[in-house]
Amino acid sequence: QRFKGLGITIRFILIQNRAGKTRLAKWYMQFDDDEKQKLIEEVHAVVTVRDAKHTNFVEFRNFKIIYRRYAGLYFCICVDVTDNNLAYLEGIHNFVEVLNEYFHNVCELDLVFNFYKVYTVVDEMFLAGEIRETSQTKVLKQLLMLQSLE
Amino acid sequence: MPAPIRLRELIRTIRTARTQAEEREMIQKECAAIRSSFREEDNTYRCRNVAKLLYMHMLGYPAHFGQLECLKLIASQKFTDKRIGYLGAMLLLDERQDVHLLMTNCIKNDLNHSTQYVQGLALCTLGCMGSSEMCRDLAGEVEKLLKTSNSYLRKKVTLCAVHVIRKVPELMEMFLPATKNLLSEKNHGVLHTSVVLLTEMCERSPDMLSHFRKLVPQLVRILKNLIMSGYSPEHDVSGISDPFLQVRILRLLRILGRSDDDSSEAMNDILAQVATNTETSKNVGNAILYETVLTIMDIKSESGLRVLAINILGRFLLNNDKNIRYVALTSLLKTVQTDHNAVQRHRSTIVDCLKDLDVSIKRRAMELSFALVNGNNIRGMMKELLYFLDSCDPEFKADCASGVFLAAEKYAPSKRWHIDTIMRVLTTAGSYVRDDSVPNLIQLITNSVEMHAYTVQRLYKALLDDISQQPLVQVSSWCIGEYGDLLVSGQCEEEEPIQVTEDEVLDVLEGLLVSNLSTPVTRGYALTAIMKLSTRFSSVNRIKKVVSIYGSSIDVELQQRAVEYNALFKKYDHMRPALLERMPIMEKTATNGPTEIVQTNGETEPSVLDTKHPPPVTQPANQVRANDLLDLLGGNDVVPVIQTTLPTKPASAGGELLDLLGDLSLTGIPPMTAYNKNGLKIEFTFERANPNPNIAVITIHASNSTEADMTDFVFQAAVPKVSRHSLELILKCLIMKHSRVNSLFNQNCATVF
Repeated sequence: QRFKGLGITIRFILIQNRAGKTRLAKWYMQFDDDEKQKLIEEVHAVVTVRDAKHTNFVEFRNFKIIYRRYAGLYFCICVDVTDNNLAYLEGIHNFVEVLNEYFHNVCELDLVFNFYKVYTVVDEMFLAGEIRETSQTKVLKQLLMLQSLE
Repeated sequence: MPAPIRLRELIRTIRTARTQAEEREMIQKECAAIRSSFREEDNTYRCRNVAKLLYMHMLGYPAHFGQLECLKLIASQKFTDKRIGYLGAMLLLDERQDVHLLMTNCIKNDLNHSTQYVQGLALCTLGCMGSSEMCRDLAGEVEKLLKTSNSYLRKKVTLCAVHVIRKVPELMEMFLPATKNLLSEKNHGVLHTSVVLLTEMCERSPDMLSHFRKLVPQLVRILKNLIMSGYSPEHDVSGISDPFLQVRILRLLRILGRSDDDSSEAMNDILAQVATNTETSKNVGNAILYETVLTIMDIKSESGLRVLAINILGRFLLNNDKNIRYVALTSLLKTVQTDHNAVQRHRSTIVDCLKDLDVSIKRRAMELSFALVNGNNIRGMMKELLYFLDSCDPEFKADCASGVFLAAEKYAPSKRWHIDTIMRVLTTAGSYVRDDSVPNLIQLITNSVEMHAYTVQRLYKALLDDISQQPLVQVSSWCIGEYGDLLVSGQCEEEEPIQVTEDEVLDVLEGLLVSNLSTPVTRGYALTAIMKLSTRFSSVNRIKKVVSIYGSSIDVELQQRAVEYNALFKKYDHMRPALLERMPIMEKTATNGPTEIVQTNGETEPSVLDTKHPPPVTQPANQVRANDLLDLLGGNDVVPVIQTTLPTKPASAGGELLDLLGDLSLTGIPPMTAYNKNGLKIEFTFERANPNPNIAVITIHASNSTEADMTDFVFQAAVPKVSRHSLELILKCLIMKHSRVNSLFNQNCATVF
């Protein structure tokens, strides 16, 4: 009931592996630490029991999760029930392709050792719970610029 | 003190831990080191330490002691420091933390920084997790930045503005001037975020919505250019130019066109164009098509366009990609009421989806199928749905069974078909059928007079096969009790009559009484059925014996019944045939809308008219000659709310139907005078409806003992907990002098219990 009518599109973005370890948790809404933990566990439970014969959409509490599995990682975006599932599926794929390009054939370990960079990628592509930049070339250019400042 | 270990080093070390305990130990050791490093106020390594802390936080360990350090990093001049500082702030410093507001000044400074990347960091942090106070403080800065020509910043600041508006809606006006030329941007990214901002403003304020309606032509033009323009590599996804922007524009158009004819008309063409020209081979194209369909369905589009949209959904249903089938079914479900005929054309595809592997697709297909059943397709549809019922998961069975019953009731082509369908459901999904179906089914069977013999025969045969499914057993026992004579006399016309003796029938019923599979409710049914057969069969002695045995049953309900039946044999044998005779046709419950009587237990005060709930406003009674008499209904006063108790027997589903004898032993509710003043007396009497004891009949006796006529008497009942009508007009008439008027008010007991 808390989550309704806030006008936010994306509530959170999660990257988890099959074992349940969180590789990225970006929250666009206020949650307590234990609420966050609970959400992470619930999402993991809901998403890992599904396989190829299920759709990529799960109804979850008052909203829905759009997710896709890439190798051992689950990329989950939590959106409002009225949002366009197919469009957010494309959004996830767009994001993953950028990661892939940026880390040169990304694997889970890249995300582990460079976790703060992964957050940077997220922040270049999403903001305030909305998709911000969709052009992969532009995002990569910005990322390289940021990297040069280090 | 040696330099703190590097982040990479720490990560590598932690990953070597073999157990949770080992990991915890490493973390604690490192946290301690970090803590002392923080205490030393070391600027050089602060960034490294906070980064390590954030990593450990991601693993699930507490990191609160690093909050202030994040602030220090944000305040630093080095970019690397700021970057980790802001990340830390976003991860650790949500608005519940006290130190959250301390960020405000830093962010303010950084918003005005000379380097766009620093500004970007600040904007990002503000836009993702700024609290309302922070947004209020910094809204001015954000508004200023909206005018920048730097496209990198424009994108960030626009969405930051969206966040500010969400947190502090009153500030929306402030951003209005900056929206003047939002759509004349050429840069896709900026355009995209601008559309998001416009969408947010329009969704929040009807004034903004009307204000921005004038943008529809511009949006249409932009969309057109997107579709027609050639290959634009930067924003291309699988050959479609900037699908994300297209989707957002379509969504904005939806909001603008929603209740406005002119706008809807202006976007008609472009919607048709997008719908027909978009590539459908990949998910991307379908995402755009889907958004288009949603828009078409929501605005005031012309019927041709709507049909086009539904046909797109129909095509989606044939797509290999289950995601696309799923969204199609979801949307079709929403439109099936309004565009029923168009959706009907895709019925066979929808029915095929019942066989899909994904649970959510199956569920939607089922709901949609039921919505599409009508008089013409009932036979075919029911075949598919019954097949589905056989093979579906248990979670669907109850809903499916209820749906089948409803559909059958509405559209059954013949009584025989109806009974057969019910039989099929009871035998294949009998244990999942809802409890309230049993009385409904019994009523249905009673009313199909010519089918009695056929029905009881089929039910008997089903009982022989399987006595585990309680609803089936209950309906069967009731029917056997009622029509057992038809069963043994072999009168069935519809199919080959079976040969069965009275003893065999009684064997079966007695079997139910002793079986472990039977619930107490079922046993009640069985016992009463046996009793009823005493007037239909000749083996009365056997029945007497059974009944007397159960007079000492542990089950109180069963015992009571048996004792009463015994009494019927002994002392009231002359009444027995009349009591146990065939049930007459039952009237379908004539409830006046879904009203309920307020029920309190144990209070039958005849003259007190309390209201338990705030009284609804009564409609003023029409002009009346004896005005003061009817003031209580006339709009100022309390409307009398009836408090009653109806006899609260344990409501065994359908058991009440059989409990004709129950009325003999109950006292019932005494009549009650609701109002008696100035010659107008209103009395209520209560009784159970006969034949359907699930209905309470309340008779209103209004009498006029004055010398004058009372004209325009209006009687209304107010019921507190109700869906549609809060006031029920029951009696409107003229009460002649010295006369009495009666009116019946039926109320379904089931809803009361």
